[in-house]
Amino acid sequence: MAADTKTIVFSIGTEEYGIEVEHVKTIERMMPMTRVPKTPPFVKGVVNLRGVVVPVIHLASRFGLPENEPTENSRIVMVSVGDLEVGFIVDSANDVIDVNADRIEEPPEVVGGIRAKYLRGIAKVGENRLLVMLNLSEVLNKSEIIQLEQMED
Amino acid sequence: MDTNQYLSMFIDESREHLQAMNDNMLALENAPDDIGIVQNMFRSAHTLKGMSATMGFEDIASLTHEMENVLDLVRNGKLKVEDYTFETIFQSLDALEAMVSDIVDGGTGKSDVSSIVTDLKAIVNGTYGKAGNRKAGAAGQSDGTPGGAAAAGGSVRDLLDEYQSSVLQQSLESGHRAYRISVAIRKDCVLKAVRAYMVFDALGRLGEVIKSAPSTEDIEADRFDYEFTLVFLSASEGAEIEAAINGVSEIERATVQPITAEDLAGADSSAAAEAAAGTAAPEAPAMAQPQAATAAPAAPRAGAPAAAKAAGAAATRTIRVDIEKLDTLMNLFSEMLIDRVRLESLAGEIKRADLIETVEHMGRVSSDLQGVVMKLRMMPVESVFNRFPRMVRDVAKSLGKKVDLVITGADTELDRTVVDEIGDPLVHLLRNSVDHGIESIEERVKAGKPETGTVHLRAFHSGNHVFIEAEDDGKGINRDVVLKRAVKNGIVTKEQGDAMSDEAVYMLLFASGFSTAEVISDISGRGVGLDVVKSKIESLGGRVSVTSTLGKGSKFSIQLPLTLSIIMAMMVKLGGEKYAIPLSSIVETMILRKEDIRNVHGNRMFDYRSSVVPLVSLSKLFDVPDYSDEGEDETEVVIVRKGDRIAGLAVDELIGQQEIVLKALGKYLNRVFAVSGATILGDGQVALILDTNALIK
Repeated sequence: MAADTKTIVFSIGTEEYGIEVEHVKTIERMMPMTRVPKTPPFVKGVVNLRGVVVPVIHLASRFGLPENEPTENSRIVMVSVGDLEVGFIVDSANDVIDVNADRIEEPPEVVGGIRAKYLRGIAKVGENRLLVMLNLSEVLNKSEIIQLEQMED
Repeated sequence: MDTNQYLSMFIDESREHLQAMNDNMLALENAPDDIGIVQNMFRSAHTLKGMSATMGFEDIASLTHEMENVLDLVRNGKLKVEDYTFETIFQSLDALEAMVSDIVDGGTGKSDVSSIVTDLKAIVNGTYGKAGNRKAGAAGQSDGTPGGAAAAGGSVRDLLDEYQSSVLQQSLESGHRAYRISVAIRKDCVLKAVRAYMVFDALGRLGEVIKSAPSTEDIEADRFDYEFTLVFLSASEGAEIEAAINGVSEIERATVQPITAEDLAGADSSAAAEAAAGTAAPEAPAMAQPQAATAAPAAPRAGAPAAAKAAGAAATRTIRVDIEKLDTLMNLFSEMLIDRVRLESLAGEIKRADLIETVEHMGRVSSDLQGVVMKLRMMPVESVFNRFPRMVRDVAKSLGKKVDLVITGADTELDRTVVDEIGDPLVHLLRNSVDHGIESIEERVKAGKPETGTVHLRAFHSGNHVFIEAEDDGKGINRDVVLKRAVKNGIVTKEQGDAMSDEAVYMLLFASGFSTAEVISDISGRGVGLDVVKSKIESLGGRVSVTSTLGKGSKFSIQLPLTLSIIMAMMVKLGGEKYAIPLSSIVETMILRKEDIRNVHGNRMFDYRSSVVPLVSLSKLFDVPDYSDEGEDETEVVIVRKGDRIAGLAVDELIGQQEIVLKALGKYLNRVFAVSGATILGDGQVALILDTNALIK
């Protein structure tokens, strides 16, 4: 039996997603954002997170899904992977649960329109709950940033 | 002893001493007869030896010890400095530097230095074969020759070198007693080294062995022939010493002979010394403290470095501060600046006289404080520059060229973080200058130039920037050669290349994977090119440029910001968005009427001081959602400069000048067009800082 991992659960549209708790620094309410020109559309800007400037990306938009208008429930999930620190705008942050590694299955080719490379797998939680586990290093893959660099040339 | 807490001090001081020795060696090359330089080096080597021995870095200690021996002979005029002496000492310095670096990287500083030690020993031996050995920590000097049993029977004069004799003489004159002790160990003794050690141990309690033949190292390693001879300083009577030695078992015989001033004067033969053996100890006045005997011979030597140290301390009274602590101070201070700006704007809203007064006062105090904090972080580029003379010398030598390095502006101060980073790029540029820039001696003569090439390394302030230039009087950059290579390496197409300005072609040198060297020399072609230089400088917020005249030489120029953390900026508004433009790049601000704007090839231009400059629409460039300058009758314009090129930036509104704290956009957004970073305004909002250089083509 593999160990349980504490996982932050949030939702985009009707899907539920999970990120291991050690990658999540904080979960913030929406805050004033400064637009950064000439960046990909999913980069919503930068915020002042207690003195540190952190870029914020819209996760749905990052996956090529339609962007929902921010609501009362919208949250910014601040994650850090390696030396990257980024905020994800999500529709709501729901839960912290234990996910057992044994219950994570290989992702199907397409999940709700998201390319499989962004996914680490699908976790079955409880009877009828499916959690999409994110592959953060792919989500934060800088190839998009490289595209951005090409835009300036 | 737990030496960890002294480690950083040890590292800093070792580096200082190594640098000093390097500098001195270079000076000595130009003035081989200047014994003063050798004295300085000797002191450095000695201090380094002591420090490293204390810290337990034995390899460093043993290498510096051998260097010290060589230097000692030189400073006493017993050894002429030859080329190979220079090379060996330079090699030793390199090895020491490597060992210190290893310690910096968390290593143990261990290294196999035996070959260099052998070389150094050979230098000592070659000239002074009979130079004996000494006991560590005592006044002795020239280490090296395994004296062998033959030396054991020699006179005191033969045992000691001039320096040691004079030390001994001084101690005798000041009333101490010296003895010449011969010890023979029984032939059937199995562990004679152990017995010898016990003899040393017994003697150590009574006084100080200043000389032994064979050397203590050899004795310890069992490389002696049942007999050894010692020169011993003590407050004790001869009989007492003899008794102490005989207390050690398996000792065949021990003779203790007092050494008189006459023995040292040199007139006496060894026979006379033997004769003296029978006589009583000279009437030396009893000493107040037995330890004085050991202290006295050490004094002349220990005195010099100590005095030098004291003099140095008086010249600059400094303390060393961990750079991380300074960074923390800086960060805390930046937070405070943000609050100050916030307070200022609040005071402006509330409009209470005493509040405004207090905030103003706080503003003055904090800007003074800022000045101090900034200065704390500033350090002269000298600390980087001073390693280059040696490097240029080595590179030139290995290439068979003659090169003078002329350094100016080494006292120019730069932010510590910049200074730390700038070393490697400069190494590349200077190597490049010596390797590719300066021609070989024959070529130079053929071109009617002096044999010796000159490389200038300059640093100077200009505005809010520091410039560092490496200029050589070599062959210059051949545009055609560079282009051909660039086309061959697929960096540009031939058509692109033909259209490029000379300067743009030179900049191709900084493209990755580029090398103009026809022959890959020892210096270049190690897979690290000028592209690394460029990316490094740019990561520091600086720029590199090249100018060159074929046949006359080339100049590489690096422009660097003074500091990386706080700048003055002009805040501007574009609709609801605020941007900061660094004041360092602003020439002035003005208002432009619609009719002043001209259209040239679809580009908007305007007259500025009798030249036509482009007007850049920031709102259009940045797709600002709620503002456009197109329809305005009067446009606020910020005139910015990049080198000698000028452009106007059309903005919505000028907010005013403000000190801003630079914050990075984070790794995820590390290269955003025309944005060099961000800052946090008084109201907590983030504003982007414009990189105006990117806006001027």
